[in-house]
Amino acid sequence: MALLEVRDLTVEFQRKGEKSFTAVDRVSFDVEPGQTVGLVGESGCGKSVTSLAIMGLLPKRGAKVSGSVMFEGEDLLSLSDKQLRDKRGRDLGMVFQDPLSSLNPVIPIGLQVTEVLERHQGLSRKAAMVEAADLLDKVGIPDPKRRLTEYPHQLSGGMRQRALIAIALACRPRLLIADEPTTALDVTIQAQILTLLKGLVQDLGTALVMITHDLGVVAGLCDEVNVLYGGRVVEKAQRHELFGEPRHPYTHGLLASIPRLDAPRGERLNPIQGSVADNIPWDHACAFAPRCPNALDICRERTPVQEDLGGGRLLRCHNPVQPEVPQEVSA
Amino acid sequence: MAIGSAKKERIDSLAESSADDSGVSLAASAWKRLRRSPVFLFGSFIIVAFVIVAIIAPWIAPHDPSARDLADQVIKARNEIPKPQPGYPLGGDLQGRDFLSRLLVGAQQTLLVGVFATVIGLIGGLALGTLAGAFGGWVDSLVMRIVDVMLSIPQLLLAFGIGALFAKPNLFTVILAVSIVQIPVFARLLRGSMLAQRESDHVLAATSLGVKHGSIVFRHMLPNSLGPVIVQSTLVLATSIIDAAALSFLGLGNPDDRIPEWGQMLGGAQTVIDTHPQLAFWPAGCIIAIALGFTLVGESLRDALDPKNRR
Repeated sequence: MALLEVRDLTVEFQRKGEKSFTAVDRVSFDVEPGQTVGLVGESGCGKSVTSLAIMGLLPKRGAKVSGSVMFEGEDLLSLSDKQLRDKRGRDLGMVFQDPLSSLNPVIPIGLQVTEVLERHQGLSRKAAMVEAADLLDKVGIPDPKRRLTEYPHQLSGGMRQRALIAIALACRPRLLIADEPTTALDVTIQAQILTLLKGLVQDLGTALVMITHDLGVVAGLCDEVNVLYGGRVVEKAQRHELFGEPRHPYTHGLLASIPRLDAPRGERLNPIQGSVADNIPWDHACAFAPRCPNALDICRERTPVQEDLGGGRLLRCHNPVQPEVPQEVSA
Repeated sequence: MAIGSAKKERIDSLAESSADDSGVSLAASAWKRLRRSPVFLFGSFIIVAFVIVAIIAPWIAPHDPSARDLADQVIKARNEIPKPQPGYPLGGDLQGRDFLSRLLVGAQQTLLVGVFATVIGLIGGLALGTLAGAFGGWVDSLVMRIVDVMLSIPQLLLAFGIGALFAKPNLFTVILAVSIVQIPVFARLLRGSMLAQRESDHVLAATSLGVKHGSIVFRHMLPNSLGPVIVQSTLVLATSIIDAAALSFLGLGNPDDRIPEWGQMLGGAQTVIDTHPQLAFWPAGCIIAIALGFTLVGESLRDALDPKNRR
């Protein structure tokens, strides 16, 4: 049995008197213990909402979550607030996108690390402080004893993200969800943070759900990748297969749009045209059809169903990119 | 660990350059800015001076403020009061009591009213604001509707109304009247910044760690919401002194005029303001000065605590 089994997870946002908006539409994926799974897609495709739904952090009013999220055989969606609070931080950790605002600005770093240790492991403040210094050292923060007494505004962005990772991993959770942990950091720090995360999840045997729009991150980190578009998984594959043979035109476009250093001078970048539509038009059409270079008539008439291509590959497309075709640059 | 020692050293040196003031809290960095602010220094000088005067007034007052030493110089028929004379530099009041002594001792009452009214208003406002901000939903709606009702009545009018409820007004009823008026101001301010904190990333992050609701409220939301409330309380100190003076002026204060109070002295002077304006001038000047002191400190605190001004 997988550590985390997400089945038909659907999140609808509903305001009184307005049409409901489906941000995540029947998303399913599994995470095995120690495995790193990527959720990839551009802004607005439902990545973050998926992660918040798994953690039970969506507001109760206005957000309707259905489907099931089985964590070690227990459905997280059916747990009471109290049961969920006991799990969060202990069994499930989360690292957020913006390290600049995810730490409490008025209390020292040390207290923020010990808080979770005291809460879940029943350590005394003193024992927790010792443990906290260890943790900061582990995530590569130099002079951890001094850092414990400092306030978040005295740390650089990379340091803060390290501290947040230390806090999220303090109780050695079995699953860590990282929601674009490197987006707010500059490139050199990004690489350090990713190396750190990779090492830590390996050491601790923690499973990692990596949410990102950055395919470079996926290539370096994930075992399995789910590509999301408009709230649905459009392609799922192992890392090497996905990068070697992207089948969905969206995945293909994402890969083609990465700027390449070895491209000839003067060559233009290849963006995917258009942007994610506001509401998800999956009814009676493929949501990606308006932007898709491969779109056929059928793409605008029938919703593509998810096909199993074998070897753990799933694809939702009427006219996938054929693997034999050498990589053509699509207009 | 995956991080090599060379990398670690580099990070270390980067970290050093970014953190010059180690172990400095927000309060400490605000204090650093305040010390250099002339507005703050001037305001706090005024406040400190008045507080010192209020404390040592019984010893530096040349005469007993309630003794009618110069009663024989008061001639009601000719509207004459004691003039400044040796030993009585500001002369006497309408009852022949030493005016300077009354002014000095009056500082005590005025500051007491200001401080206690603010503290009681602050406590009430913090309780209501925390309640509304922490629970949200119908608790929030209920508390805020009560607050709205209180805010819909003009401040001074509400204070008069509450003050007039008591058959025998005294110092305590004045404090109560003035403080109740301040409760909705604090409550609304705190609730607003608590709600902003509720939506903040660091509260979401704390929630994602399974931190209990009580800790979320008191450790993560409340301390981050207090900045505007602290500023408001210094400003409220000024307004509550003025409100209390207004109550006394209109006769809703302590009727026992043996203990001097500036508002009451001002009220007593209104019948003779044409002939003896100095009786109104001195207490009014004192009220203006102390209110100015608190306002200046409040304004500079607001600047110092404003996160937008921080580096």
